[in-house]
Amino acid sequence: MSENQRPMVDPALLRGLTMPRMTRRAALRGAGLAGMAAALAACGVKGTSKAAPPADEVKAFWDKQTKANVLNFANWPAYIDTDPVNGKTTLQRFTDSTGIKVNYKEVIQDNDSFLGKITPSLRAGQDTGWDLMVITNGGSIEKLIRQNFLQELDTARMPNFNQYASAQFKNPSYDPGNKHSVAWQSGITAIGYNPKLTGREITSFDDLFDPKFKGRVGMFGDNVDLPNFTMVGLGIKPETSTEADWRRAADKLKQQRDSGILRKYIDNAGEIQGLESGDLWLSMAYSGDIFQINAELEKAGKAGAIKFVIPEQGGMLWTDNMCIPLKAKHPLDALTYMDFVYKPDIAAQLAAFIEYITPAQDGAKAAMQSQIPTAKGDEKSTLEAAVKDPLIFPTAQDLSNTHRYRVLTVDEEKVWNSIFEPIVQS
Amino acid sequence: MSAVSARRRFRLAPYLLALPGIVWLAVFFVVPIVMTLSVSLQTGDVERGFQFTWHFANYSDAMGRYHVQFVRSLFYGLTVTGATFVLGYPMAYWIAFHGGRRKSFYLFLLLLPFFVSFVIRTVAWQFILSDNGILLGPLKDLHLLPSNFHVLATSLAVIGGLTYNFLPFMVLPLFVSLERIDPELVEAANDLYASRVRAFLRVVFPLSIPGVFAGVLLTFVPAAADYVSASILGGTRTTMIGNVIQTLYLTNNDYPLASALSFILMAVLIVGVMVYARVLGTERVYEVAGG
Repeated sequence: MSENQRPMVDPALLRGLTMPRMTRRAALRGAGLAGMAAALAACGVKGTSKAAPPADEVKAFWDKQTKANVLNFANWPAYIDTDPVNGKTTLQRFTDSTGIKVNYKEVIQDNDSFLGKITPSLRAGQDTGWDLMVITNGGSIEKLIRQNFLQELDTARMPNFNQYASAQFKNPSYDPGNKHSVAWQSGITAIGYNPKLTGREITSFDDLFDPKFKGRVGMFGDNVDLPNFTMVGLGIKPETSTEADWRRAADKLKQQRDSGILRKYIDNAGEIQGLESGDLWLSMAYSGDIFQINAELEKAGKAGAIKFVIPEQGGMLWTDNMCIPLKAKHPLDALTYMDFVYKPDIAAQLAAFIEYITPAQDGAKAAMQSQIPTAKGDEKSTLEAAVKDPLIFPTAQDLSNTHRYRVLTVDEEKVWNSIFEPIVQS
Repeated sequence: MSAVSARRRFRLAPYLLALPGIVWLAVFFVVPIVMTLSVSLQTGDVERGFQFTWHFANYSDAMGRYHVQFVRSLFYGLTVTGATFVLGYPMAYWIAFHGGRRKSFYLFLLLLPFFVSFVIRTVAWQFILSDNGILLGPLKDLHLLPSNFHVLATSLAVIGGLTYNFLPFMVLPLFVSLERIDPELVEAANDLYASRVRAFLRVVFPLSIPGVFAGVLLTFVPAAADYVSASILGGTRTTMIGNVIQTLYLTNNDYPLASALSFILMAVLIVGVMVYARVLGTERVYEVAGG
């Protein structure tokens, strides 16, 4: 049939047939979609930040506080002395001298999940149930400070802190002027290794990239220690690093991962298990964890089988901080405790037991030295070892060879995560 | 009371009966899905809040960054499904046809590991497979394996762990469908000169298809979305999409990206299952479900 033979059709009818018309079904569908869009838009998630209180309010707050003689203290496992010295642990001494009873709970397994538990209360402006908690720098305490979730401190009320806190643990970059926190203990992130398995002493960051150790190297699978330590290894100062530096570190890590040198990105304290079982020959490690392995190995008669070294390029120095969550019920009791642990004999007793870097370096050392002559037996040898222990009293050289974490803004954190998350999540 | 209103009440009855189910679905399925979908299209950060902005780029970002883990999860899921099928079919067959009076005892043995937590069982595998552990240690001492051989931190360990954990999900539905087959059907096939193999292929296996269908679904979907095995037994290049989503939600608080990934995973699984159902026929599912 050719073109001109086509039957004539009324153009109006044609238009009517082909024009889109609103049927009931289509109308319902349209309404459904619109309703869906409204529902989607209504699901926005509110921000968590609170506004900072004015300065005079902080002083007024502390002026009206009274001691309640109760303290709810959230800390990490195995992070306080449990063997009495001269009949008392430091917690018992605290109760004796202040009358404050401490509910000490080891509830913090890692920063993220603990913060996850308390953030809803903080966001709602409610008591979290804790008066005092120990939170690490390098992201976690910064987040709390940034969102104004911590009670501002009045350090004028902390005489021991003012007198004995060592300069390097006071006024940290992540909390200028100790406005929200004071140090509990510090530690170093560097390299732990088994000299028998590696067959040589480990001295350099580059040893973590040696093909000879293929499949035997462990790195922390977090996005704080791993990126910062890698930058140190590459000779970059993490504190002042730029996005280009982050990408360089990421490239280095990608290479280590894809060449199979890296066995595994390990969890918090995962290097203990790996080094002990021999699955790992060398690994990024926390100074205190290596002490723990060695304490166990010593009992098994294999002292010094695992070593800890700050490589020539340097290590990371981190600090766990005591802080008071907003709306805590017993803030003055918490503040009293925060100051109490800076007393030299208390700091000494605590550090000798848990073997982390005490923030009251000179005071604790002097207290230990003065106790040595009168101490007996085990206590004497513990003290003698502790005074010389670089894990408690690192040398100035050790400390000068450590770096602090990069402090990130919210926007920088997004870039940082987008660079390092795909490395760890491989 | 008029007859009309009685009839109306009668007409409403099925809806009223369905109401609890509908409410359940609305509260625990529709609402979370809509929220996830909404969050996946938002921008912002956890401290300043997330705003709904139709940000579809979350989806391309998510796939751009994590397509490797995504494909790997599907691959692991398929491998695990295949492995559990190969291991589970003979098991289910034997229990169904040769279990005799002890059938329920054998099923109980199969389920016994469930009395121990999923995580603990996986950690136990970590202990068993450790480089110098109770399995590999002696083999290495005897020089049957090179000293740097390891199973942990490889895909094999993750797939093995998943296979171990999901095996019962395959065996149980297979058992149910095999158990319902009348043994006389096999005898009839033999009477008609079918060999044992032929009788199996033409009679038993086709009758067990509903069980295969259910078993594959029950294994593939959770295995592809699992994150426990990979985090305990895996190493580098074994991360599954579940691990990524967990980290994005809990560590990074990147809710939009995590939601986008969850949504993609869900969509891919649903489409996959629908295609699969179309191929095998949906009525088979009802057969099994109706038991």
